[in-house]
Amino acid sequence: MNNKTLIITGLVIFLIIVLFPFWYMRGKAAPAPQPVLTPMAKAAKACVRSTEYMKSEHMQLLDVWRDSVVREGNRIYVNPQGKEFNMSLSNTCLDCHSNKAEFCDRCHDYASVRPYCWSCHIENPKEKT
Amino acid sequence: MLELAIKGGKKYYGWMTFLMVIIGIGFLLYLKQLDFGLGITGLSRDVSWGFYIANFTFLVGVAAGGVMVVLPYYLHDYKAFGKVTILGEFLAIASVIMCVTFILVDLGQPMRVLNVFLYPTPTSVLFWDTVVLNGYLFLNIIIGWNVLEAERNGVHYQKWLKPLIYISIPWAVSIHTVTAYLYCGLPGRGFWMTAILAPRFLSSAFAAGPALLILCCLIIRRVSSFDPGREQIQSLAKIVAYAICVNVFFFLCEVFVAFYSQIPEHMDHLKYLFVGLHGHGAYVPWMWTSMILMLIGIILTVNPITRENEGVLAVACVVIFLGTWIDKGLGMIAGGFTPSPLHEINEYIPSLPEIGIALGVWAMGFLVMTALFKIAVSVKEEIRA
Amino acid sequence: MDSSRRRILQLLGVSALALTTKPVFNAFAKEEVAAEAEAVIKAGAKSLKAKQWAMVIDTRKFESEADLEPLVEACHKIHNVPRLQNKRHEIKWIWGTHYHNAFPGKAAQFLAESVEKRPFLVLCNHCENPPCVRACPTKATFKRESDGIVFMDFHRCIGCRFCMAACPFGARSFNYRDPRPFIAETNKEFPTRMKGVVEKCNFCAERLALGQLPACVEASKGALAFGDLYNPASQVRELIKTNYTIRRKQTLGTEPSVYYIV
Repeated sequence: MNNKTLIITGLVIFLIIVLFPFWYMRGKAAPAPQPVLTPMAKAAKACVRSTEYMKSEHMQLLDVWRDSVVREGNRIYVNPQGKEFNMSLSNTCLDCHSNKAEFCDRCHDYASVRPYCWSCHIENPKEKT
Repeated sequence: MLELAIKGGKKYYGWMTFLMVIIGIGFLLYLKQLDFGLGITGLSRDVSWGFYIANFTFLVGVAAGGVMVVLPYYLHDYKAFGKVTILGEFLAIASVIMCVTFILVDLGQPMRVLNVFLYPTPTSVLFWDTVVLNGYLFLNIIIGWNVLEAERNGVHYQKWLKPLIYISIPWAVSIHTVTAYLYCGLPGRGFWMTAILAPRFLSSAFAAGPALLILCCLIIRRVSSFDPGREQIQSLAKIVAYAICVNVFFFLCEVFVAFYSQIPEHMDHLKYLFVGLHGHGAYVPWMWTSMILMLIGIILTVNPITRENEGVLAVACVVIFLGTWIDKGLGMIAGGFTPSPLHEINEYIPSLPEIGIALGVWAMGFLVMTALFKIAVSVKEEIRA
Repeated sequence: MDSSRRRILQLLGVSALALTTKPVFNAFAKEEVAAEAEAVIKAGAKSLKAKQWAMVIDTRKFESEADLEPLVEACHKIHNVPRLQNKRHEIKWIWGTHYHNAFPGKAAQFLAESVEKRPFLVLCNHCENPPCVRACPTKATFKRESDGIVFMDFHRCIGCRFCMAACPFGARSFNYRDPRPFIAETNKEFPTRMKGVVEKCNFCAERLALGQLPACVEASKGALAFGDLYNPASQVRELIKTNYTIRRKQTLGTEPSVYYIV
């Protein structure tokens, strides 16, 4: 085998591997994620901020919340509509959105995002009995 | 020049494969540590730094020791060292890589290590340690590589390297001073709260680093056609002799200060290490061994008859390397934490997985060092041909 | 060309640099002003405020270790502090110990019998000049300007344990493994921690924000007093004025905020 044959063979194998997601899923696309609201969330009608804002910025908001609570000692968030919230992932957000598997995980799994928030800010399934 | 590292004989590949096996085992153990947590080590609430940090501290010294060939050559025009400065610089690179890796394996949340750069904290000595260690690494890579490449091409190294070389000399002193400052500024740790800690670190560094370098030179002479030179090895040996004498002298100063003043806070840690305290004495045999080893090292390197016999000198270097490793590594760390601030004793013994991971890091350092030395020696052999 | 490889590398370098200009500009670009009004962040109405929170422990009110148990339980329960069997991995925010361990510098061969038998409560002293805060390379441990509490941000902690080496009081614990299996009853209102971070007493900042005193103070039935060290009218100042108090390792100059009436 001379160099040309080796190179072309290598290139073909490379392309097959790199384009795997495209030719393997040809024609099909994974369905868009459908997070489910709990009855409590539906009743509240509005989240801390608008749905669009929360979709794109909820992590940034949580960072702001964390720095305010931990570093400044301020725990009340007054949203632009004037409603007050306690800045807490465990007690505010997850109070309404208590169905992590049907809500948070839906989009996170789709986007292959694995936040480690759940190591601390959710019920303890390993609780010693 | 990198291609010189992958061209070697059977022995070379055999050695590298052996190292890679140890690295592989260490890596698998580290994955277990990532999964379980640092609980697989022997660390405890009272002794929160142990084998990893001990090796890190010792290796910062070895890295700084490389300056002992650079300084005489570049500052004092000691031409003989011209042959071996590259070995000192490459030893420094391998050592600093080991240091940084030991820190990483010691972290509880290593994926967050970039926080040190995202949230720089000038009041923290650890922040400065990160800065100076990385700086020293880059300095040695840039200097070593360019000087060697110039040598290979038969030209003088570029002019802009000169200021970098001059900076690297006080920088080498700084890396070990800053590492000492990690310890000697902590108010609750009486064993470390001594002004002589930084000088002691430097003296043991200048003993251990050149000792390892001598051993490498003797091995290089055996496995290649490049001879670092008898005069060079003897000069290094004289440096080691002085450094180990100073190191032991500094230690004896510490002993005097603690025991003549009879202040319990200062005596307790030395008592724990050398005679045991409240029934705990796991370190006693190790510390006395270290003292005896360093004493033998002094005798063998100070006495010209034994020093000039290169076989005996090799033994002396091994003995000094081991002695300083026990003293600065194990003894200093465990001794500082025991007894605890509440005067309780929870003895620290490294666990097997911990030792396995540490060996993996050492093997990785030796892999880098072997590859770099192979490159340097191959270039020297090329020039000779 | 005789140095074509060098030319290619130079070209690649310049192109890489050029590709970074847009992201760099974006980073510096001003954010679009949002159409809606700004959100506001503030403290709760009931939240307690102080310049420097301090505690006075009247050790005379405790007779045995059993007296300290309710206080330790109260703290460890609401903060999800795990109970680990392996002593090396233990985590404790507050605990009882002997005089000789709490005050090693004051150890004496002959001591008042009551002091010899009495348990001493030890916890983080929330020093005014804390060496742990100086040591932390990421400011994961910091002293809050609002109330002087030495607080921990578990999200930022890299687990280097430098703060544990720096603390002269042994007040800090490290999570050597996942704590969750060792928590008997999780308090859902307070997060648990994950393996690899350091933790310690936080002067119950989350309770202070709701107008409540720290759990140990509440459980102590008056043995512990809590208040603002810099408010001359506070209970802690009153107790310090009328009783002889000592602090742990005073000579180190860390200025602990926990005072002991012996």
